[in-house]
Amino acid sequence: MRHIAAILLILGLLAACKSAPPPASESAGELAPRADASAIAQPDDSAGTVSAGEVGNDAESTVVLPPELQGRTVIYFAFDSDSISAEDQELVAAHARFMSGKAGVRLRLEGHTDERGSPEYNIGLGERRAQAVRRALGLQGVADSRVATVSYGEERPAASGDNEDAYSRNRRVELVYLGG
Amino acid sequence: MIDSIRTWWRSPLRCALLVFFVLGSRGAEAQLQVDITSGVSVPIPLAIEDLAADPQASAEVIRQDLARSGRFIVGLRTAADYLVTGRASAGVDGRTTIDFELLNLLNGQRLLVERVTSPPTAWRNAAHRISDRIYQKIIGARSAFATRIAYVSVDGQPPSQRYQLIVADADGENARVVLQSRLPLMSPTWSPDGESIAYVSFETRAAAIYVQKVRTAERRRVSGRPGVNNAPAWSPDGRKLALTLSSGSGNLDVHVLELDTGVLTRITDHPAIDTEPVWSVDGSQIYFTSDRAGGPQVYRAEPIAGARPQRITFVGNYNARPRVSPDGKQLAFVTREGGAYRIALQDLGNGVVRVLSKGPQDESPAFSPDGGTLIYAARERGQRVLGTVSADGLILQRLKADRGEVREPAWGPFLP
Repeated sequence: MRHIAAILLILGLLAACKSAPPPASESAGELAPRADASAIAQPDDSAGTVSAGEVGNDAESTVVLPPELQGRTVIYFAFDSDSISAEDQELVAAHARFMSGKAGVRLRLEGHTDERGSPEYNIGLGERRAQAVRRALGLQGVADSRVATVSYGEERPAASGDNEDAYSRNRRVELVYLGG
Repeated sequence: MIDSIRTWWRSPLRCALLVFFVLGSRGAEAQLQVDITSGVSVPIPLAIEDLAADPQASAEVIRQDLARSGRFIVGLRTAADYLVTGRASAGVDGRTTIDFELLNLLNGQRLLVERVTSPPTAWRNAAHRISDRIYQKIIGARSAFATRIAYVSVDGQPPSQRYQLIVADADGENARVVLQSRLPLMSPTWSPDGESIAYVSFETRAAAIYVQKVRTAERRRVSGRPGVNNAPAWSPDGRKLALTLSSGSGNLDVHVLELDTGVLTRITDHPAIDTEPVWSVDGSQIYFTSDRAGGPQVYRAEPIAGARPQRITFVGNYNARPRVSPDGKQLAFVTREGGAYRIALQDLGNGVVRVLSKGPQDESPAFSPDGGTLIYAARERGQRVLGTVSADGLILQRLKADRGEVREPAWGPFLP
């Protein structure tokens, strides 16, 4: 019976993915560190074969969103701006209502910029966007303690390319739910 | 394959593709290929003969180094002003010895008669050291052929990128992956002794700063506070890191972390973005980017709590990511000209600014340890590549990965 429930859950998630891909789904693949990670060459040693540790995977729990929020977990921004549009203020309010009914749910806000400008300075701009969404959620009653922020700056674009279409899709804050 | 030949408007340039080669692909890491996009107008003609009994292609490495410097044209002995000859021999201990000479063909003078010994596995490094000796003797300035660079390689399309932190020789050879992750790696920077690299990793879906030994891959997380942990910069004595923290409040400020004790000192305290710190050569000041005046500009402050920052850049409305030249006299940074981001150099004495690079999106400048060259990240025909430009603006190079994109270069120090 548990297996059937699990399969149904997976099928449900897959269906949700088709209609509305969650913004931060990661495939688990590489694990850290590889067994040969210690085989590091001397700096001047051209013959040494070298391999690296691999990091950067953590499986996350998935919070199933109500239909009206599925596929609506990204807020976009204008160039060099951290202001949330009136329409997106409504979206933030809807997320705040969802959180108020789900005490165990937490949120991670992932701030991003387009690729123009200095990468480290862009970390600051991405953080500013994430904090803008955090403040908007706070005004809707979501406690700061339930919201973490991370700024990826320009390091993790949603779209590749050096054109305005890609830029506008990359200037964003992704809302990633945790817990359940 | 010949592309990106650029002209440099400031000087009568002989704009020639002096050398072009593809570095052999050895492993999973992205290999760099190097081409010169412009050089000096009157390069010095030089011939380098194959070394007798050399089991490796040492002479070819020396030729490539000196040709790519943009200061030489490497060719036949009959056309050369200078000649390098030499001989390799194997010692009983398995080490290889190279005896070489540098001859001035115009007056017959022997300028160098020297010997370099190395383990066979380090033959490329030995060749780079010979290149450094020749360059120094003829040009009269230090070069950095026998140094290393680090950079980040990004492979794959969103949202499935793979990030690799790579260490390579300064010519892009011997590239090896020291860390890879499904989540971003950024801001690599070498410790002053060249033993370690500090960098930012998002591997836990939060930012943290790590210090990793290059030889052993042993690493330590030195800062993983809530929010932003970014832009690590080693103090000249290697005992401290300047870094940017938001401490969960969303307000980025520059801090100094003592690596041995973990003692943290907040240097800036301002609601603006304060980030991208870098130390002055003597360690008495920290240069950093702040948008406290609106757009980003470079400021300078003492590395103490309650420091009072002083603004350094005034030309234009976007000046970020400062780096101080090894002689302490110049400041490199990213400047915006129209819609383009370029590498600029400001004389810290008289304030004069020169824009060195020509790309649409140049960023992340770093000085070579001799100060003669800047390496930076660029975009060219939609691809992220690395560029170098000589500090006088005359010599431009491109380093492209054979696949994926490369960015955030850092140039290591001279090795002992």
